[in-house]
Amino acid sequence: MTHRDLIQQLMQSKPQMAEAVAFLASIDTQFGQESGGTPRPRWDHDLIGDLIPDGSSVLDLGCGDGALLERLQAKGCRGQGLEVDQESIVRCVERGVPVIQSDLDHALPGFPDQSFDYVVLEETLQTVRLPEVVLREMLRIGRTGIVSFPNFGHWWVRTQLLIEGRMPMTPQLSKNWFETDNIHLFTIRDFEGWCADHAVTIHQRFAYAEGAFHDLIPADNVLAEEALFVIGAATS
Amino acid sequence: MSDPVDALVGKRKREMDGPDSAHSVGWTRPRHAELADEANPLLLECGQSIWPVTVEYELYGELSPARDNVIMIFHALSGDAHVAGWDATWQEHGRPWRAWPDGKSPNWWDSMVGPGKAFDTSRYCVLCANVLGSCYGTTGPSSTNPATGRPYGVEFPPVTVGDWVKLHARLLDHLGIDQLLLAVGGSLGGQQVIELGLAFPDRAKGLAVLAASPQLSNQGVALNYAARQAIVNDPCFASGQYYGCCRPEAGLGIARMIGHITYLSEMGMEARFDSGRKKPDELRCDLFNPHERALGDGSGFIAHNEFEVESYLTRQALGFNERFDANSYLYITKAMDYYDAAQWGDGDLVKAMARARGDWLVASFTSDWLYTPAGCRRLADALCVNLKPVTYVNIESGYGHDAFLLEVDVLERLLTGFLKGLQR
Repeated sequence: MTHRDLIQQLMQSKPQMAEAVAFLASIDTQFGQESGGTPRPRWDHDLIGDLIPDGSSVLDLGCGDGALLERLQAKGCRGQGLEVDQESIVRCVERGVPVIQSDLDHALPGFPDQSFDYVVLEETLQTVRLPEVVLREMLRIGRTGIVSFPNFGHWWVRTQLLIEGRMPMTPQLSKNWFETDNIHLFTIRDFEGWCADHAVTIHQRFAYAEGAFHDLIPADNVLAEEALFVIGAATS
Repeated sequence: MSDPVDALVGKRKREMDGPDSAHSVGWTRPRHAELADEANPLLLECGQSIWPVTVEYELYGELSPARDNVIMIFHALSGDAHVAGWDATWQEHGRPWRAWPDGKSPNWWDSMVGPGKAFDTSRYCVLCANVLGSCYGTTGPSSTNPATGRPYGVEFPPVTVGDWVKLHARLLDHLGIDQLLLAVGGSLGGQQVIELGLAFPDRAKGLAVLAASPQLSNQGVALNYAARQAIVNDPCFASGQYYGCCRPEAGLGIARMIGHITYLSEMGMEARFDSGRKKPDELRCDLFNPHERALGDGSGFIAHNEFEVESYLTRQALGFNERFDANSYLYITKAMDYYDAAQWGDGDLVKAMARARGDWLVASFTSDWLYTPAGCRRLADALCVNLKPVTYVNIESGYGHDAFLLEVDVLERLLTGFLKGLQR
């Protein structure tokens, strides 16, 4: 469904919501691209897989079933995952991916400073109890951090909250408020703000929208469904 | 998460495969190797040397031409080399507990070892050796002391996990196996795997430590002490020279009861024994009169209108007396108490684990209070911060410490996957 189709459909069923969408569009000049509602592909797997050079050491915080690390190990990377879910861990082992059962809300193993080339937080930061603690730990352990997250500033999210007055649900935020794992929701602008306030260098930034990713532009705070940042401590 | 008690009640140990089953290693024969003699004695950690030393071991499956398909299993406190299958020599060696089909403990990890199982003997060669100081064919306190011509008894030198592993390495030399594909063990067997990884870092490609931590807790030491006290205070103990006389059966039986309590969990006991509790109105005035002899005869155990859990412990105690030597219990529990992997790092576990090589798998069980998840996790973390490839999983289970023998499904998946990863 194209963006235009969506607005037309809204005009018929929820005229108020459509007006709000039009309003948001009017205040953002970049608005008007198409936005899809398709299930989320693992775009960040592909991107991270390309961003990390062959032979790097990689710590994946919340590595899930180990698909990313398996892919990285295939190109000579040394991978270590942390994951909380037992079934996911069994699947990691079956893929030959080493993983420690670990809850990011509790103490991580005491890795030495700068002991990994890359530390990855793929769609995980918004699920932890203390995101700032995890980010700091990421930048302490890794020379470079890669963070991907759903953008709570996306127009569709804003619209649902503004017009319906209910917590938004999108392909990226697909669960109800009472069952979602996402407990710290933030926008691209929020994340950039945190980096600026804490002297964290942003090396690269990407946005995902309309089924593809691109270099992030300012309007992506409204347009991007998800974002991916490559960051490092300012001193590094 | 499923309800743990439901999960416990729902799961049953898999049916034992008979000797003719396609999934059994079939009939087995123990093998023996002389690994120390006067010219080449085994120097023990206590400073004393010992010879001669015989080791009993078993091998299942074919050794590959490159000798690179060996899985060595390390047994726990009361274990032996007879991991799987059916002992063709049980009569000859006087081991009726291994009798087919009615032996009470015919093997100890048959669910994991055999064609088509996690340790698939159609692909891998599986090895297990009885530890020094035990009573299943390897030299121990019940063996003849060449200096006196009578059983060693407590003149047997104290042995350690380190000594065992040193002897295992001699066995591998003897068999011409440079590197194990996988070293795996649970409980005290897991501590041997840790020790192998530190003392001989190149001897195993993969190391799987189940329900074992780098050091036994003080609670564990305390329970081992109580168990040993039951043995040495038995009037039949006779300073350890009870061979040929009455044996300290009450003492060994109580030691085994204490052991079994530590192997179960509170939750597991509720599920298993709650229905067999006596009700308050079943109390009898002559409760402690010895009117009921225990199960079995002449055992020394006196039953008192038993709760189900009491019958269970009594059965364990009786069964154990048929197959274990009290002195071996003293020596092996001491080895367990003294073990500390951190000695390889002058008391610092992280420093110790820097020596490790190979891929590690550490598994704990949520309801295990003997080798707790926190203790097992310490091992995994120490490996992890040394940037060694390690997998740690805390398996949801209501079985307590025994889970490493009983959680077959998840262990099978984990170990099959781990073996696959090792062969990439």
